[in-house]
Amino acid sequence: MSNEPKSAIRMEGVTKTFGSVIANQNINLDIRYGEVLSLLGENGSGKTTLMNMLSGIYFPDAGQIYVNDTPVTIRSPKDAYDLKIGMIHQHFKLVDVFTAAENIVLGLNEGGRYDKKEVARRVREICAKYGFDIDPEQKVYSMTVSQKQTLEIVKVLYRGADILILDEPTAVLTLQEIEKLFSVIRNMRADGKAVVIITHKLNEVLAVSDRVAILRHGEYIATVETKDATEASLTEMMVGKKVELDIARDLIEDKARRLCVRDLTVVNPDGITVLDKISFDAYSGEILGIAGISGCGQKELLESIAGLQRTEAGASVLFTDPDSGEDKQLIGTTPKKIRELGVHLSFVPEDRLGMGLVGSMGMTENMMLKNYSDGKSLFLDRKQPRELAERILRELEVVTPGVNTPVRRLSGGNVQKVLVGREIAAAPTVLMTAYAVRGLDINTSYTIYNLLNEQKKNGVAVIYVGEDLDVLLQLCDRIMVLCGGKITGIVDGRTATKEQVGALMVKHVD
Amino acid sequence: MNTIVSLLQAAICFGTVIMFGSLGEILTEKSGNLNLGVPGIMYLGAIASLTGAFFYERAVEVPNPIVCIIVAFVCAFLAAALGGLIYSFLTITLRANQNVTGLALTIFGSGIGNFFGGSLNKLAGGVGQISVSATSAAYRTNIPALASLGTVGDLLFSYGFLAYSAIILAVILQWYLNRTRSGLNLRAVGENPGTADAAGINVTKYKYLSTCIGAGIVGLGGLYYVMDYTKGTWANDGTIEGLGWLAVALVIFTTWKPVNTIWGAYLFGVLYWMNYYLPGLTRYSQELFKMLPYLITIIVLIFTSLRKKKENQPPANLGLAYFREER
Repeated sequence: MSNEPKSAIRMEGVTKTFGSVIANQNINLDIRYGEVLSLLGENGSGKTTLMNMLSGIYFPDAGQIYVNDTPVTIRSPKDAYDLKIGMIHQHFKLVDVFTAAENIVLGLNEGGRYDKKEVARRVREICAKYGFDIDPEQKVYSMTVSQKQTLEIVKVLYRGADILILDEPTAVLTLQEIEKLFSVIRNMRADGKAVVIITHKLNEVLAVSDRVAILRHGEYIATVETKDATEASLTEMMVGKKVELDIARDLIEDKARRLCVRDLTVVNPDGITVLDKISFDAYSGEILGIAGISGCGQKELLESIAGLQRTEAGASVLFTDPDSGEDKQLIGTTPKKIRELGVHLSFVPEDRLGMGLVGSMGMTENMMLKNYSDGKSLFLDRKQPRELAERILRELEVVTPGVNTPVRRLSGGNVQKVLVGREIAAAPTVLMTAYAVRGLDINTSYTIYNLLNEQKKNGVAVIYVGEDLDVLLQLCDRIMVLCGGKITGIVDGRTATKEQVGALMVKHVD
Repeated sequence: MNTIVSLLQAAICFGTVIMFGSLGEILTEKSGNLNLGVPGIMYLGAIASLTGAFFYERAVEVPNPIVCIIVAFVCAFLAAALGGLIYSFLTITLRANQNVTGLALTIFGSGIGNFFGGSLNKLAGGVGQISVSATSAAYRTNIPALASLGTVGDLLFSYGFLAYSAIILAVILQWYLNRTRSGLNLRAVGENPGTADAAGINVTKYKYLSTCIGAGIVGLGGLYYVMDYTKGTWANDGTIEGLGWLAVALVIFTTWKPVNTIWGAYLFGVLYWMNYYLPGLTRYSQELFKMLPYLITIIVLIFTSLRKKKENQPPANLGLAYFREER
């Protein structure tokens, strides 16, 4: 093996525009075999667009792409496969009703008979080589997110890809799954493959990659060796301006109980107890963090309080009205009544458009979804929602051509700003957010943290379900840790350590 | 006994028409195209085969049965496939709304059919009723040795070759969709065109081909209708349209599985004709019985929806246009 790494892909002066929006401008990039390259940038900085031009989804307006030092034209995904380029998209490109094996051979032109057993044998071979774990006969709709991602990687490897592009592969994985993914990536690198990871998580960049290429607002900034980089230096290149690194956390003395949850138990349709006798209180002027490995009952907990989940008998959620001081039972009322009392939920699901927003509607109309029934007249009042939409657009720096552009056309991070912004703008008494910063870049994340802090100061009881332990420890006043649907501990956010919370997250109590 | 045999015979003739319709529509829908132009396309196939046969029979002294069959078959298939092509161009290339396009095609097809049907009747002169007896006879030829086997012969061997072709086609389609690479690709196009595209499948080509060939197969339903069911004549009575809609209902009834059309189509036939064989029905209660095929389609829909089994659902992208750069 020579010391000089062989160039897999070279992009020179690549430009792509969508209408008047410049997604990529004059990008130069070098991808090498036997190396992991991180493509780092904020939301909407053009990372995915750039890689989509390698996978044949988009066609560049200008510039030249070289594969193995030969100039190439990639007009379709098929061309990309022929050049041994495989991309694992953030939204998986899988057919739900097909088995794993069927998805793998889809579109392949191997010649010869279509032999399911032979396919299964080769899939197992690849799995054994790189350390994957999938069943070729399992249907995709019964797979977990992590399994689907594994399937996507196996799919491109089955097609003989030598250049693998992973679009935000860790966004939906748990810590253990991320570790597993990284070890697979290292195996592929050792095998001489070129791997590109699109990401905005700095710790992952530093953990797994050899070089980092940074994009900002569609422009290419630099490529640096990971060993010479630090979180601070990368952040600076990525955002271009200094980012406030510590999150403000004021101590509010004057607290009052807003929610009193007792013996909350939820059994899902499969008969599994997803929440087991949860009891806690939430106070105004406080951010209560909820930590836990994903799928430990966070979603069900918030939905129960918001009235969207069926709870088992004996559960009680008391809401204390800030004006009258009266206690009201939320279990058994409708989601609408709960909202009217001022208990708001903004849940950012794995696919951001899945819940709470209508993709084909603009920001204004999405604002109206939650309060269209407030109006007195027969006709809709568009003025207030439009003002609200414009305010969110301004304050959260949503990148969109206008408030009437369908939100489906916005990039993922911007969609999320709209979703979270709407709930915060409703001036709630209890604000529950789940994964509010999922997939957001640092700058926007801070904007959201500041908004939550502002709410806290205004006397709102904030419940924040998060994934990033560092953020939870710096943002929240108290942290409640869930593990397997049970509370394993409630700690003070100011004194708790990362190790302490981490230990609670994996502590299974019977 | 005789009543039952004759009911079953009627059901099988009836079933063959809608079986072709359903098979073509299943092939089309598997690519994600919901072509509601089935009745219109059946009309196109019917009138084209009749026209072709009419002019061939007029041009020669003694029509050759084989040529009769080929002329009518090719005319029916091509005219219907042309209807599919119109639909494909509008919905795939221009991305027009599929439902609207399909319904327009139904109106267009029945208009064309009845217009030329009337013209043909006029051209035929005489009693004002066209009859392509030679072609119709060729299509209705059976194997006499088998057909004369008493009840068994009546029940199983008394039909023209198209009735058996429909069954064979159903089996072939089932095998194609589930056992071949191309079939797998086609299903992927209907389920998730974005995924199929990313996998290097030419989505447009699959959609065009399956829609046009599917329409051609639907047209064979029209061919069978005029040549066998009405024995080479034309009547502007709208029966084809009714049969076309039943074929669409049958697609749902079979949960998009070609082999299910075999028994499904005959079951629809029995239900449709039952009112003639049940004693003591008035004209009004007869009409009630004619609702049965639609009624059980609704029941099947309710059950498959309740069970939520993914395999029994329509192709996930049915009715939607695909555009690669859409976000």
